[in-house]
Amino acid sequence: MTYAKRFDGRGMDELRPMSAKVGIIPRADGSAMFKIGKTVALCAVYGPRDLHPKFMQNPETGILRVNYNMMPFSGHGERVRPGGGRRSKEISMVIENALLPVLDLKEYPNSVVDVFIELPQTDAGTRCAGITAAAMALADAGLEMKDLVCAVAAGRCEDKIIVDLNYLEDSHEDGADVPVAVLPNSGKVTLLQMDGEVTREQIKEIIAKAKEACKKIYEVQKAALKEKFAR
Amino acid sequence: MTEEIMVKDKEIVVPGETIATGISFLPGKGAYRDNDKIVAQRLGIVSIDGKVIKLIPLAGKYIPKLKDRVVGMVIDVLMTGWRLEFNSPYSAVMTLKDATSEFIPRGVDLTQYYALGDYVVCQIVNVTSQKLIDVSMKGPGLRKLRGGRIIEVNSQKVPRIIGKDGSMVSMVKQATNCDVIVGQNGWIWIDGEPENEVVAVKAIKKIEEDAHLSGLTDKMAVWLEKETGVKVNPAAAPQAEEQLTEEHPHHFGGSQ
Repeated sequence: MTYAKRFDGRGMDELRPMSAKVGIIPRADGSAMFKIGKTVALCAVYGPRDLHPKFMQNPETGILRVNYNMMPFSGHGERVRPGGGRRSKEISMVIENALLPVLDLKEYPNSVVDVFIELPQTDAGTRCAGITAAAMALADAGLEMKDLVCAVAAGRCEDKIIVDLNYLEDSHEDGADVPVAVLPNSGKVTLLQMDGEVTREQIKEIIAKAKEACKKIYEVQKAALKEKFAR
Repeated sequence: MTEEIMVKDKEIVVPGETIATGISFLPGKGAYRDNDKIVAQRLGIVSIDGKVIKLIPLAGKYIPKLKDRVVGMVIDVLMTGWRLEFNSPYSAVMTLKDATSEFIPRGVDLTQYYALGDYVVCQIVNVTSQKLIDVSMKGPGLRKLRGGRIIEVNSQKVPRIIGKDGSMVSMVKQATNCDVIVGQNGWIWIDGEPENEVVAVKAIKKIEEDAHLSGLTDKMAVWLEKETGVKVNPAAAPQAEEQLTEEHPHHFGGSQ
């Protein structure tokens, strides 16, 4: 059997409908919302600010601290246990590594930039939505960045290469899920993970398609950032 | 590669956006060179001056700069001075020597000069690479702030709130009859009749909100006249007491 048509009727390379908004949290230094299909990521950035506990301070550079959190009611009927866990801690770390290459915090020794990513509603692709929202929020916070960061999950469902998996495809028994974060202007990859099995040819195709999809996400990010000030 | 400017002057760009191509352009503040491209490094408005391309930031925290005049709050009393906070990732130290021209006897309780929670307008006299900051109260217009209220605005909008040669803040002062001190850090002290203070706060918040629009001074003149009934002429607004430079546009209220 082949996966001839996607569960939600999209084309194989088609992203779910996206929307983005910048400046949603007035008290934060920068904030953004990114919605892709049923997945919603909210992000607030605070800082650079004083870093405590003091032993975490780095006199050579400011640090980035990311907190990824799925809200208890966000999943698929199963209550997500609140608070950090093994999964959220790991995802926080990979998001941090995905965002750090574009930032230059050398100007802010001993300080921290805090990034909080909250997911009120999830339908797979949360780390990618989180990265996309965080990049907008960091730009909104006025930090110096080399580029924005866009992320999307591509993958395989049975014999087809698909882009932007939803939860049904993500959890399909015969498939693979490859989240990719891309710097849109240089095409460099800052996050690449894989869950499942693919062949050498397939992974090449998956990464190429993810990069292509990121261009569309970049346009959404750019429009949202400019919209905040367009009047 | 052709030499070309990809965006219009005064256009908003996002980080990573190519502003111009060609090696003859020079990246100014907020931009960087990537081979033959000039690329935006932050969210800002493009400002093209001949071959130099810089960005006017739209957002961002206040980063302490030498000689900036800031409004600070005393957060700690130290052995030989005070620690001040001023809306920045780093706090500053004001030593006894820099605090006052009065004689301070040995062993005296320092809170009688500046107590916790007191606001002062001071000047940054030293910034190290590790962002250790010294401030001083010695200089014209530097003083403790008594009464009034403090509001916070984005420090990137401060040049707009002050206006060219202090025109904007002079207008607000004239229309609302309030004393206004704008710190480079985005803390603003306003003192006057309570109802006038409210109008001044509203005016400053409006300037902050519309900071990226052009022709704001004239719009504010109309707005202030409608709010207060005082006719202000933006062009005839009194000049700041001090000589203002483009690099450090400060404006301070009258002495008490």
